[in-house]
Amino acid sequence: MRGFMTGKGLLGGGIVITMLLVAILAPLFIPDTFATRMDMRARLSGPSLDHIFGTDQLGRDLFYRVVLGAQTSVMIAGAAVLMSVVIGLPLGIISGYYGGVIDNVLMRLVDTLLSFPALLLALTISAVLGPNLTNTIIAIGIAFTPFLARIIRGEALRVAQMPYVEAARAAGTTDLKMIIRHVLPNIMPAIIVQGTISLAFAILAEAGLSFLGLGTQPPDASWGLMIQASRDYLDVAPWTALVPGAAVAITVLGLNMFGDVLRDVLDPRTQT
Amino acid sequence: MTPIINIEKLRVTFGKGDEEVTAVKDVSFSINPGETVCIVGESGSGKSVTSLSLMRLVEFGGGTIVDGRMTLAGENGAIDLAQADADTMRDIRGDEMGMIFQEPMTSLNPVFTIERQLTDGLRVHRGLTGQAATKRALQLLKEVRIPEPERRLKQYPHELSGGMRQRVVIAIAMACHPRLLIADEPTTALDVTIQAEILALINQLKRETGMAVMFITHDMAVVAQIADRVVVMYRGDVVEEGPVEEIFANPKAEYTKALLAAVPRLGEMRGKAAPEPLRLVGDTVPPKPITPRETPELLLEVRNLTTYFPVKGGPLRRHVANVHAVEDVSFTLNKGETLSLVGESGCGKSSCGRSILRLVEPTSGSAILDRKDVLAASHRDLRILRRDMQMIFQDPFASLNPYMRLSAQVAEPLRNFDLARGLELQDRVAALFDRVELPRAYMRRFPHELSGGQRQRIAIARALSVSPKLIIADEAVSALDVSVQAQVLNLMMELQADLGLSFLFISHDMAVVERVSHNVAVMYLGRIVEIGPRAAVFENPQHSYTKSLMLAVPIADPRDRKQIGDLNFKPIPSPMHPLSYTPEPSRYETVGPGHLVLREG
Repeated sequence: MRGFMTGKGLLGGGIVITMLLVAILAPLFIPDTFATRMDMRARLSGPSLDHIFGTDQLGRDLFYRVVLGAQTSVMIAGAAVLMSVVIGLPLGIISGYYGGVIDNVLMRLVDTLLSFPALLLALTISAVLGPNLTNTIIAIGIAFTPFLARIIRGEALRVAQMPYVEAARAAGTTDLKMIIRHVLPNIMPAIIVQGTISLAFAILAEAGLSFLGLGTQPPDASWGLMIQASRDYLDVAPWTALVPGAAVAITVLGLNMFGDVLRDVLDPRTQT
Repeated sequence: MTPIINIEKLRVTFGKGDEEVTAVKDVSFSINPGETVCIVGESGSGKSVTSLSLMRLVEFGGGTIVDGRMTLAGENGAIDLAQADADTMRDIRGDEMGMIFQEPMTSLNPVFTIERQLTDGLRVHRGLTGQAATKRALQLLKEVRIPEPERRLKQYPHELSGGMRQRVVIAIAMACHPRLLIADEPTTALDVTIQAEILALINQLKRETGMAVMFITHDMAVVAQIADRVVVMYRGDVVEEGPVEEIFANPKAEYTKALLAAVPRLGEMRGKAAPEPLRLVGDTVPPKPITPRETPELLLEVRNLTTYFPVKGGPLRRHVANVHAVEDVSFTLNKGETLSLVGESGCGKSSCGRSILRLVEPTSGSAILDRKDVLAASHRDLRILRRDMQMIFQDPFASLNPYMRLSAQVAEPLRNFDLARGLELQDRVAALFDRVELPRAYMRRFPHELSGGQRQRIAIARALSVSPKLIIADEAVSALDVSVQAQVLNLMMELQADLGLSFLFISHDMAVVERVSHNVAVMYLGRIVEIGPRAAVFENPQHSYTKSLMLAVPIADPRDRKQIGDLNFKPIPSPMHPLSYTPEPSRYETVGPGHLVLREG
C-alpha cells in the first residue's frame, strides 16, 4: 500500500476514485432530466453562474451532461476492456505458452480480426447487433480483443522460455499451475499497462460509434457523444468540446498514472 | 620511469541524495609503459567502474567522479582526465587509450563491415581514408593473427566466430597505437581454448608495441597468466597491490588470502582418490574426501542417447537440416557419486543433461534411472519420475520467479507432488533453509533481495525438497564469484556426503570439475570423446581433444605461463548436418579400468 503514497499514486488514485464515485453516485442524486432539459434561450452560452460549464447547442447544461455522461462512458469503456481482457487473456496465454499448431490457428484468427481497423470492426458488429448499450460494449470489446491477445501472447512466449518456468517444469509443475503461479504474475505488468491505455481508447471508440448513430442514443449523454456534437460549434462555443474533452483527458491521465503505480506496487522488486 | 597513467584518490558515486552509492571509494595506483596491471576483484568491487572512469565513460552510465586525479602522461605534458572536457576526451579515447569490452557478440555493430568498423578510428584520429585506411586495417587484422584477413575486411560480424570477433575488437582498440590498452574481462565470455589464444595475443602485442595494459578480471588463473603487477579490489577499495609473483606466493591482505584459497587450481587434486571440499580461510578442520561406496550401486544408465534439433529453412520453413547436439552418448552414474560432463560451448553437454530430464525431447536412446526408462515414460509417468531427478540451473537470477516468495518457490515441488501440507510443509521448507545455510528470515523474501550465491542456495533447496536421487547441475556455479562459488561447491559436496546424492555436473571449468568429480566425461561435437575416473582422465589424457583442452586451461600460477607458440587449436566444426547424413556410431577403446577413449578418424 505504501507504494501508492507518492505524488503520482495519490493523484492517479484520486482521479480514478473521483471518476468512479461520480459515475456511480451522480445518477442516484441527480435526476436524468437535468441532462436533457433544453433551454432554447440559453443556447451555446458560455460558463456562467447559471450554467457553470456553459450550455450546448440545445441549451442543455454541460455540467449535468458531463457528470451524468460519466456513467455511460466509464461503464462502456470499463466493461468493454474487461471483456477484451477476459477473452484475450486465455487466447494469448494459450497461444504463447503452448505454441505450435494451437498458436498458429489462434493467431491467424487474431490476425484476421486485426486486419480490420478496430473502429470499423466495432461499427460492423454494432450495426449487425443493433444500437444499444450492451451491444456497444460487445462491439468495442471484440474490436479490442485482438490487440490484447497479441500483446499477451508475446509476453507469455517470453515468460514461457524463462529458466524459472523450466525449473518449475523440472520440479513437476502441471501446466495449469504453471500458468497460474508463474506465467500470470509475470505478464501482469503488460496487462495493466495495456489495459489502462485500452480504457482511454475505449472511451474514444464509444465516441466514434455514438457519432455514427450506433453508440449511445440521444438524448442520453456520454462524453464521446458530447465531443462529436460540439464539432459544428468549435469556433463559436469552444467550451462545448473542451468540457467533455477535459473529462476524457483527466480520466485517461489518472488511469495511466494509476496503472503505472499499480504495476510498481505489484512488483516485489520495487519494494524494500 | 614516469607512469603512463597515475590514478590518485579516485572516488566515484552513482545516484543522488539519499540514494547515493559510492562505487569507488579511494583508489590509487599507476601503470608504467610496457606493463600489464591486472585489476582483480569480485562483482561490486568497483573494478569496472575504475576502468570506465579512466575513459570517462562512467558518466554515460550515471556515475560521477567526485574526487581524485587521473594523470595521463603525454608528449605535450600531462593531462588530468578527471578534469578534461568532452572534446579532449573524444581525442584521447580510441587514440591514446583503446578499450576492449567483455562481450564480443555485442561490442561490434552488426550492420557495418569489419573494414568500416576498423577504419572508423583511423579516419577520426589519423585522417586516414580510402586505400591508406584499408591498408592499415588489413595490417591490423594480420597483427591480431586472424586467418584470411583479406576476406574478413568485407565480412559482417555475424559471419565471424566469437574468438575472431574478439580479435577484431582488439584490432579496433589497437588501430591508433594506443599507449594504454584497457581490457575489461575480455575473455570471460569465451571458451577456454579461445581464451588462451586471446591472452597470448594480448601478451604478444604488448611486447611488440610497448604499450601498457590495464586488464580487469575476476579470474585469478587469468591474472597469473597475464599480469606483471596486480591490484586487488574489494568493495571500492584497493586492498593489496604488488608484483604478480608476490601476490600469489605471499599474499598479505586477508581478502587476497581468502580469494586465493577459494580458487580451484587445475592439478591440485593430483594423487587424491576422491573429491574433497575446498579448504577455505577460517576452516579449522581439514575437509573430508567424499569416498564412493564400497559396493557401487548403479543409479543412472544412459545408452546411445541422441538429440537432434531441427533446422527450418526456405520460404516454407521446411525441415532442411539437423543440429546434432547429442550424438550416441552412453555412460553410467553410481549412487553417491559425481559424473562431470565437461566441454566447450556447443559441445552438447547441456543438451545431454536436459535430454535426460526430458526438458528437450531426445531423438533416440534410453536413460534408465533406478530400473525405469525416463525416455520411454509417458507424460504422466515422467512427472512422477521427476521427483527422483532435479536440476540446478546456471543463472541464479533467471531461474527464480521474481514474483514468488522464496518459501513458496522452495515449497513448490513438495506441493506439486502433494508430499506435505500446512504446518508440515512449513517445517520442511524451514528445514531446507537450514540445510542450505540460509537464515529462516529469508523465507518471506523475494528473489531480488538476495545475492547470486544466496539465490543459488535457494535453487539447491528447491531441488533438494523432494529428496531426489539425482541432481543435474548445469553450470551451477559458473555465474558466481569465486568465493561464493567455493562455498556453493562445498555445500554441494557436503550434501552429497550426507544424503548420498548423485550429481551429473555439467561445466566448462576444468579446475572445478577436477575438484568435484568421481568420474569425468569430456564432450566434443555432441560425443563423449573420453570418459573415465577423474584421476585417469586428468593425469593421463588420451584423446587429442582432451589434451588440447588441458593445455588451454589457465593455471593459477604465474610461473607456469603459456606462450603463443604452444597453442594451436583447431576451430570446432559445425554440428549441423543435412537430413540424409547418417553419423557413425561412437566406438571406444579401453585404455585403463573404466577409462574409455573415442576412436579417432
